[in-house]
Amino acid sequence: MDVILLAELAINGVFVGLMYALLAAGIVLIYKTSGIANLAQGALAMTGAYVVVMLAGGLGLSMWLAIPLAMAVMFLVGALIERVALRRMIGQPVIMVIMLTIGLEIFLRGLLPGLFGASVKRLDLGIPNAPLFLGDLLLSRALLIGGGVSLALIVLAILFFNSRLGVIMRAVSDNQTASWSVGIRVERAIAIAWGLSATMATTSGVLWGATQGVDWSLSLLLIKALAIAILGGLDSMVGVLIAGVLVGLAESMATGILDPIVGGGTRDVVASVIIVLTLLLRPHGLFGREHIERV
Amino acid sequence: MFFRRAGISHTRYQQERQLWPLPIDRLTVLAVLAFLIAAPFILDRLYIVSYLLPLIIWSSAALGLNLLMGGAGQIHLGYGAVIGIGAYTAVHMMRAGIPFELAMIGGGLAAGAIGIVFGASALRIKGLYLAMATLAMQYIVDFVIVQFPAISGGSQASLQVPPVSFLGFPIQGDRTPYYVALFICAMITLFMLNVRRTSFGRALVAIREKDYAASIIGVDPFRYKLLAFWVSSFVGGLMGAVLATCYYRAISPDQFHLDLSIQLVAMVIVGGLGSVLGVFFGVSLILFAPILLNQTIALVADTTGLTLPMDLRAHLPLMLYGGLIMGFLLLEPLGLAKIYSNIRNYFLVWPFRHSRQ
Repeated sequence: MDVILLAELAINGVFVGLMYALLAAGIVLIYKTSGIANLAQGALAMTGAYVVVMLAGGLGLSMWLAIPLAMAVMFLVGALIERVALRRMIGQPVIMVIMLTIGLEIFLRGLLPGLFGASVKRLDLGIPNAPLFLGDLLLSRALLIGGGVSLALIVLAILFFNSRLGVIMRAVSDNQTASWSVGIRVERAIAIAWGLSATMATTSGVLWGATQGVDWSLSLLLIKALAIAILGGLDSMVGVLIAGVLVGLAESMATGILDPIVGGGTRDVVASVIIVLTLLLRPHGLFGREHIERV
Repeated sequence: MFFRRAGISHTRYQQERQLWPLPIDRLTVLAVLAFLIAAPFILDRLYIVSYLLPLIIWSSAALGLNLLMGGAGQIHLGYGAVIGIGAYTAVHMMRAGIPFELAMIGGGLAAGAIGIVFGASALRIKGLYLAMATLAMQYIVDFVIVQFPAISGGSQASLQVPPVSFLGFPIQGDRTPYYVALFICAMITLFMLNVRRTSFGRALVAIREKDYAASIIGVDPFRYKLLAFWVSSFVGGLMGAVLATCYYRAISPDQFHLDLSIQLVAMVIVGGLGSVLGVFFGVSLILFAPILLNQTIALVADTTGLTLPMDLRAHLPLMLYGGLIMGFLLLEPLGLAKIYSNIRNYFLVWPFRHSRQ
């Protein structure tokens, strides 16, 4: 195994991992405020990418107008989902809420390809296809830019939790009743969390759509985002960043090293193995708060 | 009118504790059973092979999942993989010359053994994390089946089921597979109806409501959760074997993907968590709604000339599943079984308003 190949795998893995982490950050954001794991996050990313394609391709807007517009639309969509569906489920067992988000995922996966066509759509951000040469290393520009944008957004999300709104959300995640009693509007905080999460999903959908095209398979990113969110700890933003890099590295190494041995396909199973191992060894993740149940 | 309980007064506890205390229920069950037994002789072959047989097989499989989700309150997003394990084990055993009856049990045992490994994580984790663990199980089992040619016979290949017989009847043609599936379905249904009246079933209900409250009154959540996982996976594996032998006749890895798991979960939720009768309703709705929808669209297209784009028509079933899951969870979380029992309770004392339920 030569060093150049390993270095290339590692660098690509880190950037891919950061791009996965952006989606995972949305899951963590929702979990932190409302204690719900949103299994529709992958479908939201797909929805966002479809909205961008529709605005840019269908209405002829320029890409730099279409993306912010799509983010605004998706903020509303996220808040609307919370208002119409999730808020009515407050107080129901967690299994019901999870099933609701799965139902949403299936519904969106049928609705958007059904309305806008199932064929793969191109989403061109104007990133040149030619790889970047760094000494002997061959790096993909789309990955570098995608990873960079994701890193910036996740750092922004970490900083966000120190702002006024972020402090409100931390209070809500700590204790909803106590937040209520000091005058925090809990429902609004949760609705905003859903909106922001859908916006982040949109960016991640756009970045992935630029590398692999837009179709229903964008919703498959869910399992990788879940692996990152669980490995990092479901309520830790910093955990997402580090777990994202780890999952990206593991996946890239597995593809590069194991694939020639077992004959392909390891890429999709790495995330699942990470989920199972984390749950068996350290269910609260690397940085998550250990949840202690009092009897 | 239909469900009159007027004039029926039980004088012994045994009468009250029967599976179906009202004569009208017993009559209904007998009528349905008689219809199902006579069906191959009165209905067209098409209805048996493409409607009744899948309905029976998927109902039996969904009953296993229902025991876990509705009975014990544990979520399982990898039930398709469990069925796949059972199907592959059984088919390999039958190809090695082991009779179908044993291969069926073997498929169930293998599925139970692997299911319990992933279910073991249910000891430490619950709810949310369990959903993820079982989701991961689905992907890992898919991967293993596809990647090991010894199991799948290559990723593109399908495994033929050799000719076998059940209790002396060779499984071939249209009628024997149907009766075999019906017999096994009846056994599983009886088991599921009765399991709720045993200490095991009541322990599961206690765990479903609150697991540490259950452990305070002396029910070991560890043991019973694991048992629930084992029983449910066993039924899944068993039905995998039946599915492969009686319905598919040749199995390939793509028959047991995540889509199947989600479809099964949809069946259980739409039917009503924890209800045996509801499972049959849910399976019928999930199986037949897309067919009905497609026929309606075709009819509308024929009469009015309105046509839908191909992509939209192809994705309508997905939208329907998602919409049904969301709609039932939001509007009627107890599913079709609850709607049925509301109607039934209304008619029990009809035309009087006051109900004894």
